[in-house]
Parts: sequence; structure tokens; C-alpha cells
Amino acid sequence: MNFFLETLIGGLLAGTMYSLVAIGFVLIYKASGVFNFAQGAMLLFAALTFVSLHQQGLPFAVALAITVVVMIIGALLIERLVLRPLVNRSQITLFMATLGLSFIIEGLAQGLMGAQVRALDLGIEDVPLFVGDIMISQFDLVAAGVSAALVTLLALLFNRTRIGLALRAVADDTRAALSLGINLNRIWQVVWAVAGVVGLVAGLLWGARQGVQFSLSLVVLKALPVLIIGGFTSIGGAIVGGLIVGAAENLAEAYIGPLIGGGITPWFAYFLALIFLYIRPAGLFGDRAIERV
Amino acid sequence: MRKTLRRHLLASLFLLGAPTLLPAIAAAADNQQFVPMATYRVGAYASSGIPWWAGEIDYFRYINEVEGGINGVKLTWQECETEWNVDRIVECYERYKNGQDGAPTAFFFTHSTPGSYALMEKGAADRIPLIDGAGGRTESTDGSVFPYAFPLLLNYYGQASVGINYIAEREGGFDKLKGKKIVTVYHDSAYGRETQAPMQLLAQKYGFENIQIPVADPGNEQSAQWRQVRQLKPDWVFLRTWGVSTPVGIKTAARFGIPVDHIIGDVWAGSEADVIPAGTAAKGYQALAPFPGGSDFAIHQRLRQHILDTGKSDLKDPSYFGKVYYNIGLINAAIAVEALRTAQGKFGNRPLNGEEARWGFEHLNIDAARLKAIGFEGLLPPLKLSCSDHEGGGAARVQQWDGEKWVLVTDWVQADRATLRPLIEAKSAAYAKEKGITPRDCASEQ
Amino acid sequence: MTTTAARLTARFDDAPLTLVARHRPLGLALLLLLAFVVLPLLGSDYWLNAILIPFLVLSLAGLGLNLLTGYTGQTSVGAAGFMAVGAFATYGLLLRVPGLPLPLALLGGGLIAGVVGLVFGLPSSRIKGFYLMVTTLAAQFFLEWVFAKFAWFYNYASSGTISAPRLELFGHNLATPVGRYLLTLSCVVVLTWVAVNLVRSQVGRNWMAIRDMDTAAAVIGIQVERYKRLAFAVSAFYLGIAGALWAFAYLGTASAGSFDINRSFQILFIIIIGGMGSIAGNFIGAAFISLTPILLSHAGQWLFNGHVDAGQLQNLQKILFGSLIIWFLIKEPEGLVRLLGNLRERIRVWPLRF
Repeated sequence: MNFFLETLIGGLLAGTMYSLVAIGFVLIYKASGVFNFAQGAMLLFAALTFVSLHQQGLPFAVALAITVVVMIIGALLIERLVLRPLVNRSQITLFMATLGLSFIIEGLAQGLMGAQVRALDLGIEDVPLFVGDIMISQFDLVAAGVSAALVTLLALLFNRTRIGLALRAVADDTRAALSLGINLNRIWQVVWAVAGVVGLVAGLLWGARQGVQFSLSLVVLKALPVLIIGGFTSIGGAIVGGLIVGAAENLAEAYIGPLIGGGITPWFAYFLALIFLYIRPAGLFGDRAIERV
Repeated sequence: MRKTLRRHLLASLFLLGAPTLLPAIAAAADNQQFVPMATYRVGAYASSGIPWWAGEIDYFRYINEVEGGINGVKLTWQECETEWNVDRIVECYERYKNGQDGAPTAFFFTHSTPGSYALMEKGAADRIPLIDGAGGRTESTDGSVFPYAFPLLLNYYGQASVGINYIAEREGGFDKLKGKKIVTVYHDSAYGRETQAPMQLLAQKYGFENIQIPVADPGNEQSAQWRQVRQLKPDWVFLRTWGVSTPVGIKTAARFGIPVDHIIGDVWAGSEADVIPAGTAAKGYQALAPFPGGSDFAIHQRLRQHILDTGKSDLKDPSYFGKVYYNIGLINAAIAVEALRTAQGKFGNRPLNGEEARWGFEHLNIDAARLKAIGFEGLLPPLKLSCSDHEGGGAARVQQWDGEKWVLVTDWVQADRATLRPLIEAKSAAYAKEKGITPRDCASEQ
Repeated sequence: MTTTAARLTARFDDAPLTLVARHRPLGLALLLLLAFVVLPLLGSDYWLNAILIPFLVLSLAGLGLNLLTGYTGQTSVGAAGFMAVGAFATYGLLLRVPGLPLPLALLGGGLIAGVVGLVFGLPSSRIKGFYLMVTTLAAQFFLEWVFAKFAWFYNYASSGTISAPRLELFGHNLATPVGRYLLTLSCVVVLTWVAVNLVRSQVGRNWMAIRDMDTAAAVIGIQVERYKRLAFAVSAFYLGIAGALWAFAYLGTASAGSFDINRSFQILFIIIIGGMGSIAGNFIGAAFISLTPILLSHAGQWLFNGHVDAGQLQNLQKILFGSLIIWFLIKEPEGLVRLLGNLRERIRVWPLRF
């Protein structure tokens, strides 16, 4: 029983790390209908920029601030050079464009900052805590706390500010929002910038765990099933989806894995997502699309 | 309209016309030996690729500029970027297998186990030796069936055996292995699974419990696996991961309270890139090192004097000088150079083709005196290849991470090659049967 | 929120066909003569092995995906998974059914892939558009895992790799570069011919109706679910054969890793850049995708050899490749095939503008 509980709790906490990555996708998809495959590259770019600056001797806060500025500039450029010319194109074209974008960002990241693996120490002790017999990772607790804070911040941004209101209007009905004079380009800029900053946070936490290197960009593959389960348009869904995937993956590897040879994590999450898709095609919290002839 | 038309025209020209024009660029070259390099300087494995190729290039430059080439034959090389993708390695091989500008290709560094597999038959058909130190296809150790493949130094079976032998040494003898629990955490790929068969064999022989736990690629989240390891309470963990799964594995192990000094990494989980991201969690971690790290070997002094300090090094960041992957490059380059030298002894001091180079590899004999002469004492065990043995050394040292650098903690630990050989021969015989190959008679070739 | 469905206006669907139609008999004969006779005679091993064979196989894979995505409107990012099925199934057939001739094994591999495609196409009855794309992603990861995990598929080789069985046809050895090229070319020509006829048949028209608006298609009496599943199966059949050719005619070996998610993206790139809903577009897209990196690397060596750090040059190439993709997406929403069509029209009336 203890083993079950420990696996469950460990899995739930690990799931928040997935949620962090998933939130970046949700933001962009909600506002512009773009499935941004370059989110992983953005995450890598942000973490690499931060680590490079930090290694140059800049204090933590300064490096963080500069990285945020860099991500905002990046968002402006992406909006101007990639998104605006592609406005009103099909979703798959936009998806492909973000694939091209991920090549560019990866090339830039490695070209500017080198390909070597760097350690990132956020000063969080990664030692086990024991609650009774159950082991909990301190690092995961911190990560969960950060995710919670981030979600609260985003909720405030969307519910309490003008730009948040405009964003929700765009997500709800793009044409109506446009006719009301909402500046769509501005919304996109804001959303991509925010997604860049979320990418930075996710990049730092994942980077602290596995080192800042190219494979950071692969964590997006972990976020996709989370998105399917939670829905592509709901931040709350991303959190819940992350928890479900994390817990299910860990439990499955512990209990089903040994029966069929193990190593099932990469597809198990997708398998779970498929089941959810059958039951709820727009995810747990996603918006249902209504089609008219 | 005009402007777009011109742009479209240009784009189409670029698309259709350019490929036919470009490869025609050439400059004649005599008395040169060509070395194709299927590099990976970008992508997920760039952090290992960059110092690796720098080591090779630096050694070739040293041979060219200080020693005037191999008996006067200068080396020339050309890179093609593969990002460690098999299909692009194949493309690179096809592009350069016939040499360049008249300089022949004598061998091809695959430096990728999947790449070695993909090229196995092409290499044999084109008569180009495929060099993949401490990697490659294990059964190609049997050169009678695989004349053109060289899993040099220490094949995957050997790596498993060296790991077990080292554990026995630490435990105080092979009899102490009885009843011990040894968990192998492996990257769930061809590379990771390659040691399952020898581990099973060794477990039977010594009576330890052999437990295999897979980590799926890329392996950036491993709590499920290490929770399992913690439940098992193993005596030793053999870590056979690759890329990002190594630091994540070490870190997750620490989180679950598994003593890091009882984790033995294998060859490809034992570089700086594997431990630095793990931070303090990696302190005390040990790894097999057929290619030891360190910059105090004799060859490093020579390279420092002639290449590094004169600004001719391929390393952008000189702090990588003497790092594990840099030394991997040096060792591979040196073995290739020695093999060419051996072949020149028979065929004359001229550029060689693949068939001649194979003769050189198969008659390669780097003894202690030669090691000293080329400055590789301590970096390489004495190496003797033959028609039936394309591996040679079969030994590795063990190094330990002290938080700053790798420290060598043992001398060469030999693999139990006699025990593994029947397994290898069974596999190569199966391959020969599948492909309809009649094995060479190695006895008559010596 | 209303999602704009991925669809193309119908009037361009037959553009490449009419393009070919005008000069068809002569042009086609010349092209086939070039491909079957001139290239094998003149092409060096390098050209055949490293450029023409992968180009042809990728074209075929693009064709398979285009039937599903470009003609039926069902986006899939699991193309490589079905290629893997084809490769492993062909290998298994050749290994376990003694005396099976190569063409039948390829056909069998394709059919097995088709069945697997049918199974993974089942969700298409309930799930649409973007979410469907994600189910194909699940197929991709699941299939990759299956072929890495279960040793039976690769005949218990310790490494998980399958290698090409002896390529023979009626006693002729096809293992030479020319042999493998001709094998690939024949498959591609036959399957392209089938595809051209298929998309002009009732089936093809139903597919396009579903693509343009599946609700409307249902209203006029097309069995939407059945035709969607059929599209998945046919597409997987094509991809399966492409996978087998990729493994045995090009690489000579394969493992699950040869058919990873990046291969799926690559094939999706081919159809988007070449032109969705176009047969000729697949060939143009495949040429672009497979030749550009090689071209860039040649150009890089030629322009900067030795002057620029090799690693930086690679990063630069990557950036350039990404930019080219975005540029084409912006400039030509209907793909290169449209661009070339425009160019033809312009040249025809040159020097006049219209």
C-alpha cells in the first residue's frame, strides 16, 4: 500500500512538470489556434540564454530579467515575420511553420550559445523527504509550488486585466473581437511573449533536473498527451491533465510494465490520451467546436 | 509582379539546377589519404560529437604537420553533418566512399552503432573497413564472417563482462558474487539491450541475480524506474544509458537514496557531459573507460605544444582538451593511423584503398613499446587484432567522478573474452547462414 | 471558436493532372525513358544510392500521406509508424515464408500496414481535425515501441535491427545500386499510376468531398466513416511499401529508430511544401526536402571551407532550412507544384505579362 501511495504521489508531482510545459501550448493555441511545435525549442532557447548569462557572472535576477526581455523580443519577431504573413491559413500550415521555426530557434540557440551540456543549480536540494514511510521528492514539491504560482499569475492576468479580457474575446470569437477593434496582432504578441516566459520557467526547472542541453526541446513530446487529456484550450485542463498523466504513467510502469517488458512510458500516456479522446474528443476541459454546413 | 516573377525563377533555379553544378568543385591532390567524417555537431548529441571530432582532427593535424603525414602520406578529410541520423550517415558514406579528388578512402568511422548496422553490408561490398570503437555490431568481432567491420577495443559483450569483473574485484572475488543482486538500468534501444545476453550468461556462471530495467528514450523522467530499483535494494547498479538519460538517471537515483558509488556506468554513460548536469549527485559515480579522460598523457603534451598552443586545434573551447570525448577521438584516430602505417609496411608508402587498409587493421599490433612511442601509454591497452579477432584489447579502466574531473581508479580490467566468444560465434554463424556467407578461413590467412 | 478546416479549394486539384494531360504521351514517355534507361546508365553509385533512391522512396511516402491528408483531409503525423509496419512486415514475410518472391513480400508488407492503418483510422469516425492528428501521434509512438520491444519482429537479433534479406527477382540479384534503383523506381511508377487513377475514380471524388466538408458529404449520401477508414488503409498501404523500400532498398537495414517522429514530420513537410492534394507535388516536395540539406552542405563547404567553424556552419544550415520552409509556406500556400505551374504559365506568354 505504501508503495502504491508513494508511486501515486511521486507520479502526481512529476505530472506538474508536464503541466508546466503544457501551459505554454495552451496559451498560444487558445489565442491563435496555432499548435506551436516550437514551444520545446523556445524552452531550450530560454534556458540556454539564462544559463549562458548566469555563467558569464551575472547575478540570478539580472540574468532572469535579460532572458525575459530576450523572450519578449523573440515573440515580437515571430509575430511579425511568421504569424502575420500566415494569418487565416489552415491550422496545419501554421503547425508546419512552427516546425520550421523550431529549426531556426534550435540553430540559433546552439549557434549562439554552444552545444555543450551545462549544469543548472537553482539551489533546490534534491534530497528525499520522508512522510512516514512514504518518500517524496523535495524538488518535485518546489516544482509543484512554482506551477501553482504560475497558474495563479496567469489567471490574474486573464481575468483582471484589459489585455486578458481582449484575449478571452479573441479566443471566444476572433471575428467578433476584430470587429470590436481589438488589435489581434497585439494579442498574439502578448501571448507569444507570455508563452516564452512560461517556457523559461519550465526550461529552468527541467534544466535543473537534466542539465541544460538540446534534449530539453524533447520534453514537448511529454506535454502532448497532457494537452489531449486536458483539452487544448484550458490552463486548468493542462494542470489536471499533467497530474493524470504523471500518476498513470508511474503506476503503469510499476504495475503493468513488469508484465509486458517495461519501458512503456513513451506510449502509455498517448494510449491514455486515446481513451480520453474516444470519450471526450475535446479533452476534459476543452471547448467543443461546433460545425455548421 | 516582376519582382515576384524573378524571385520565383530564382527559387526554381536553386531547386532544380544547383545540385548538378555544385559537386563539380575540385582540386587535385596527390599522395593524400582521404578520411570521411560523419560528424554530429548539431542536434541532440552535439555535446559529445564536437569534442570527439576535434580529437580526431587534432591528431590528424599533428600527424600531418609534425610527423609529415604517415610516412609522407598526408591525411585530408571532409565532414558531413549527420546529427547522428542513420540515413544521413549512409548518405555521407555513399558520398565519400570513393575518396575525394583522387585521394582514396581507406576506412570509414561510423561512430554510431545504428550506423554500423546500416553500413554492414555496404562496407563489405565496397571493401571499406567500418571502424566503431567500443560500439558497433558485437558479433562482427568474428572477422571471418565480417571482414570489413571492426568493433575495436571493447565490444558490448566485453563491456558487460568488464563491469561484472570490476564488481567482483570490489566484492573481493568471483565467489562473492553468488546471491548478489545486480540491476542493469538500460536505455531501451538496440544499444541498451545488447548486453542482455552476456549478462544472462555471466549471471549463470557466477550465480548473481540479473535484473534488467528499461528506460524509454529519451529518458528525461525516470522516477518509475528508480522507485523500482529502490524496492529491489540491489547490491550494484549497472547503468547503460545514453544521452540525457544518464544525468537524469544519476540524479533520480540520488533522489531515491541509492548510493551513487554503487552505480557503475558503461562506456557511453561515462563522459563529462553525463555527470556535470547531475551536479553533486554524481560525485562518486564510476564508469568504464576504454577511453580514459585526462590531459596528462604523453600525447597530450605533444598536442598541447604543436596544436593547441599554436591555435591549430579544432576545439573552440580549449577547456575540453583531454576530456573523455576528446580522448575518444584521439584514440580512434591513432588506431586508424597505426593501421594505415601497418598496411603501408606491406603495400608501400602510398595512399591505400579499403582492402589494403583492412589488411592493416587485421595485422595491427600496438605493443607496449609502440604505445610509449606514440604517447598513448595509459590511454590504450596493448592492442593486437587478427582475422578472427576484430576487437583486440577487450579491456577498460574504471574512472570515478570526484565532482570536478574523472579520476582513474583502476588499471586495465580485462573482459572474460573466452567465456563470451562462443556467444559471439553463434551469432556470427547465424548471420552467415542468413546471408549465405562462407566464412573466411582465418587459419590460412595468418 | 470556429476552426478553419484544413482544406484547399477544389479547383486546383486537377491542375497538375491537366498540366500533365496536355503533353502527356510524349512527355511521359520521355520522363520514363530518362528514369529507366538514361539515369541508370549515367548515374554514379552516389547519385543512385544517396540521392535518387531516397528521393523516390520519400516521394512514395509523400504520395501515401497525401492520399490521406491532401485528398481526404485527415491530418496524420504517424506516417513513419506505418512505414515501420511495412518494413518489419516485409522482413517477416521474406524470413518466415520460404520462397516468397520479393514483389509479393512487398505487397504483403503493404497490405499488413494497410490493416494496421485501418485499425488506427477507426477513431476518425468520432474525432476530427486537430484531435485526430494527435491520435496518429499515439499510433506513431505505439508502433515505434512495439518494434523496439518485441524481439519476434526482428528475429531475435540482439540489436533490434533488421537487415535486408537477399534482394532477388526471378533469379536476378537486385542488391547492386542499379538493381535497387530500378526496384524502387518500378514500385513508385506502378503505385503512382494506381494513385492517379484512384483519385479520379469514385473513391477519390468521395474522399475529396469528405475533405471539403464531411457533413455535406454525408448529406449527399457518401458513407463518410467508411471512406475515411479506407483512406487510412490505402495511405498506410503506400506508406508501408515506402517503409520497406526505405529499409531495404536505401538503408539496407532498419530499426524502430529509423522510423521516428522526425520521419513523420519530414513526410508531412513533403506534402505541404510540394502541394496538398496533388500527385506531382509529392515528387517536388520530396526533391526539396531530400536535396536541400545536401545542397546546403555542399554550398557551405564550397563557400566557407575551412574559414568558418564547421559546427556554426551546421547551425546556419539549420536556420536556413527552417527559414526556407517558412518562406515557402508564406509565399506559396498551395505548394511548389503551384509555384511551378505559375512559372510555366508565365514562360508560355513571355515576354508579355499575362
